[in-house]
Amino acid sequence: MSDTHAHAIAFVREEPLPQLAPPATERGIIKWLRENLFATVPNAILTIVSAYVIYSVLAGVLPWIFNGVWDADSLAECREILDGTTGACFGVLAERWPQLVFGLAYPSEEYWRPTLALLLLVIAGAPVLFFDLPRKMLIFSALYPFIAYWLIWGGTILAPLVALAGFVGGYFVYARYVKDSFALGFLGGVIAAMIIWWIGGVIIPEGASDNALLPSVQSRDMGGFMLNMMLGVTCVSLSVPIGIILALGRQSSMPLIKWICVVFIEFIRGVPLITLLFVASVMLAYFFPPESTVDLFLRVVIMITMFSSAYIAEVIRGGLAALPTGQYEAADSLGLDYAQSMRLIILPQALKISIPGIVNIAVGLFKDTTLVSVISMFDIVGMIRGPILSSTEWNGVYWELLGFASLLFFVVCYGISQYSQWLERRLATEHR
Amino acid sequence: MSSISDPPKGSFRLSMLFNDTRYRSLTFQAIAAILLALAIWYLGSNLIENLRQAGLNISYGFLGNPSGYDINQSLIEYDSQSSHARAAVVGVLNTLLVAILACITATVFGVLAGVLRLSKNWLVRKLMAFYVEIFRNIPVLIWIIIIFTIVTAVLPGARAYLGDDPDRDMLLGLFAFTNRGVYTPSPFFTNGFGGAEGSGLNWLLIMAALVASYIGTRFVISNANKTQEATGVRPKTFWINLAIWLVPVSVLCFILGLQWDLPDPLANRFNLQGGIQIGAPLIALWFALSIYTGAFIAENVRAGILAVSKGQTEAAASLGLRSNRIMSLVVLPQALRVIIPPLISQYLNITKNSSLAIAVGYADVTATLGGITLNQTGRAIECILLLMLFYLTISLVISAVMNVYNNSVKLKER
Repeated sequence: MSDTHAHAIAFVREEPLPQLAPPATERGIIKWLRENLFATVPNAILTIVSAYVIYSVLAGVLPWIFNGVWDADSLAECREILDGTTGACFGVLAERWPQLVFGLAYPSEEYWRPTLALLLLVIAGAPVLFFDLPRKMLIFSALYPFIAYWLIWGGTILAPLVALAGFVGGYFVYARYVKDSFALGFLGGVIAAMIIWWIGGVIIPEGASDNALLPSVQSRDMGGFMLNMMLGVTCVSLSVPIGIILALGRQSSMPLIKWICVVFIEFIRGVPLITLLFVASVMLAYFFPPESTVDLFLRVVIMITMFSSAYIAEVIRGGLAALPTGQYEAADSLGLDYAQSMRLIILPQALKISIPGIVNIAVGLFKDTTLVSVISMFDIVGMIRGPILSSTEWNGVYWELLGFASLLFFVVCYGISQYSQWLERRLATEHR
Repeated sequence: MSSISDPPKGSFRLSMLFNDTRYRSLTFQAIAAILLALAIWYLGSNLIENLRQAGLNISYGFLGNPSGYDINQSLIEYDSQSSHARAAVVGVLNTLLVAILACITATVFGVLAGVLRLSKNWLVRKLMAFYVEIFRNIPVLIWIIIIFTIVTAVLPGARAYLGDDPDRDMLLGLFAFTNRGVYTPSPFFTNGFGGAEGSGLNWLLIMAALVASYIGTRFVISNANKTQEATGVRPKTFWINLAIWLVPVSVLCFILGLQWDLPDPLANRFNLQGGIQIGAPLIALWFALSIYTGAFIAENVRAGILAVSKGQTEAAASLGLRSNRIMSLVVLPQALRVIIPPLISQYLNITKNSSLAIAVGYADVTATLGGITLNQTGRAIECILLLMLFYLTISLVISAVMNVYNNSVKLKER
């Protein structure tokens, strides 16, 4: 058959033609460019404008960074090395590194202590942030505040030990009575903790801190990025439980308690953090007993905690409101009392919904810790604007320092927000 | 109430205060009330004792005393002989000024960036994502300082613009950008009320003309709507509206004799004369707040647009609407409902963050009342209470106004 076929017709292709590649405009990088960058004329103009913006930013910044001088002891020396060319003067970071991170007065031979505390923070924070890690690690997380306090402030180890003993004693009393009634257990726990702390206050001798293993460091000697971290971590971790209580109080059916919570939350949310910090720096001292001296760090922690707990309370209220009423009714119909239904049914779900919001508040709060520089605490911004920029060697080195501070905050905050997005995907168990 | 399980009446025991649901909430509230009263009593007695020891008392008399300090930027007349109360009012006006300016520009930045982040253009999308991440993750205080540094350290001094042969020319001959701020032309009236000094009445007249124009255009538009509903043809309103907006105001300006006072580089050898000077702190604060909050608003706008389901766009397209009309008639009205509530809280944030003015020396209410007045008089409690009261009022007012608007765009369900 094939013979006749071949003779009858002049030419028959026996095998198929090889496939042609798609047209140049429809494949590879050109297609991508056409679709993503030059789809329409306005789009092309936008692309060119953006490319120009990116080019001019990079052209300004890159030579400045790569031509940077790392070993110079003053701006004048730095300019001498640069000899008229563009370049950053990173010498300031190298020379003032300890001040930027630990503040002016933290004794330099003790820098290992906050560093170790930071490393331990990573270990203590890991099981809280990542649920897949062994739950036993949470024991270390619970111990961490006391270890960190002892490491950073130093002094006698008895103080954090007594504080820890108070919590442990309180917990045992709570665990013993909580089966009868939550209120009884809670009250008993608080009273037991108070008694232990009071006894501890009596038995710790005066001057126990004088010859302690770790020399004690005053709060006012702390500064730099360490101060931002300390304020951020302390206030966020304190304000989550307070925020939960406030949110529950705001949902309460008891008018007086609801009213107290509403007034507190709305008041705090209505005023800027700066005014609350002013309260901490000039006004709060009037409200403590006349002979007491509460140091500025503690006063600031109190005010920032109040501030963030009001915001966290609102986030958690959103979570509580988002739960279907059926959950509340189901808890009631199982015969659980208020404390049990909250602890076992409502809060686990509501907190899960509100985690992204809480993380947002935490990021915002961490950024807001820079505000303490306004009330003359030397956090990283305070260090830059105060001692470093006003020193004779480094007067005028703005960009390197502000860029460094920005970079630190960006890394931390961007990291936390990425974590929050990961967590959101991880916790999305329904409605896929 | 009288179900079988109710315990018999008259057998009240003390434990029922905790165990009986009828009394329990009262018990808890009583405990809360006692604790609250104790806390207030404790703090109050400490306060009184501390004040007595320091020889102070609570009084607002200091507000009437001369303040004794100058304020570089003020919307109303003020000098160092004016009272502390007037300084506080200057601060309040400055706070409102920067807050309003920043709200407007932040909305512009935010909407632009939010819409561009959804653009089909890859480069623009990435650039906007970069903008949002950079600005959201660095504290606003650092941004304020950075922008203030740009204004004061990078821009030239006023001297660069002075003399017959200046180093720099003013933009269009009208604007001079110096490290002390921007000099712009200032308007004044030659035959207005109040003579050469000028008077607020002139500005009120112009405002009245603008309001009248607004009402006029509303009228024209509603007429056009009626015609469209009756005949199906929409009359062209653009030129009429433009005329209604421009003509009355221009005529009024002509009658009043509007003139512009330009910054004059030749007046003396030290500084520019004339015009309005917008101080560097105001510019830094304004710009930093707008661009920082703009990043947050961009995210809200993006979320709002994404919240409108794709079916809406497709339905509109199948009705034959063009893409810009789909945006303005279908997507945006629905997206606004999602965007407005977070936008309100961003406006509140701008107002509260404007208190960071104190970091760059802009005389807002935190800097005058909470800063210099507080330090000069030592009246910490009074000053801070007034300050908080002011911010609280502002917050409540903004929330109230925005809630009214929010209700008006809310989904009307029957």
